[in-house]
Amino acid sequence: MASESTFPLSVRLFALIREKVGREAIALEVPAGTTVGALAGRLRAAEPAVAPYLEASRVAVNLTFARPDQVLAPGDDVALIPPVGGG
Amino acid sequence: MTAHPAPLIIVDPTPIDLAAIHAFLADPAAGGEVVFTGTVRNQNEGRVVHALEFEAYPEMAVAQIAAIAAEMYARWPLRKVAMVHRLGRLPLGETVVVVGVSAGHRAEAFEACRYGIDTLKRDVPIWKREHFEGGEVWVTNHP
Repeated sequence: MASESTFPLSVRLFALIREKVGREAIALEVPAGTTVGALAGRLRAAEPAVAPYLEASRVAVNLTFARPDQVLAPGDDVALIPPVGGG
Repeated sequence: MTAHPAPLIIVDPTPIDLAAIHAFLADPAAGGEVVFTGTVRNQNEGRVVHALEFEAYPEMAVAQIAAIAAEMYARWPLRKVAMVHRLGRLPLGETVVVVGVSAGHRAEAFEACRYGIDTLKRDVPIWKREHFEGGEVWVTNHP
């Protein structure tokens, strides 16, 4: 059944989160139809060390900040964006 | 509607060339330029700072800055927009960021420049690690 299919999704990490988790990305396998809002739970399950940083972070998909209801697709470029400090 | 000139956008470790930015902003129809220059200062929240180290998600930083520049062109009658952010470890006094605009008149130049730097500090994926007397810490911008 199509609704039960999954796809691989890599979530890039930066700065504080990359340092605390100790990797550049978290590899997930997510069901088709997974939304940006549902990512936090998937990330927490896959990598508990990321949990303390999820609430303050934003999710970017394909180089722009994504809304929680955005549905993720295979090939999306996904990143966890902790609070920024540029300028 | 006239097309806006492409903004000057740079996010990389090369030293910022202010003269080149002024040359870019120059425009026969511009009555003035406003250029904000951010530098590494020697203290922060009571800590003695030695250096700041900047890391970016470079592709997204450039895309976000391009979106901010497009908004600036849409909201104010500007001639040119330049937004440049340096990366890597920078010593005291070094130029970190430049937001420059040229426009027919000063009011729109000041407003657009202020909007540009404020929005960059809020929405562009660049992070700052502070090297201070006695340690290192990631520091974030206050809204």
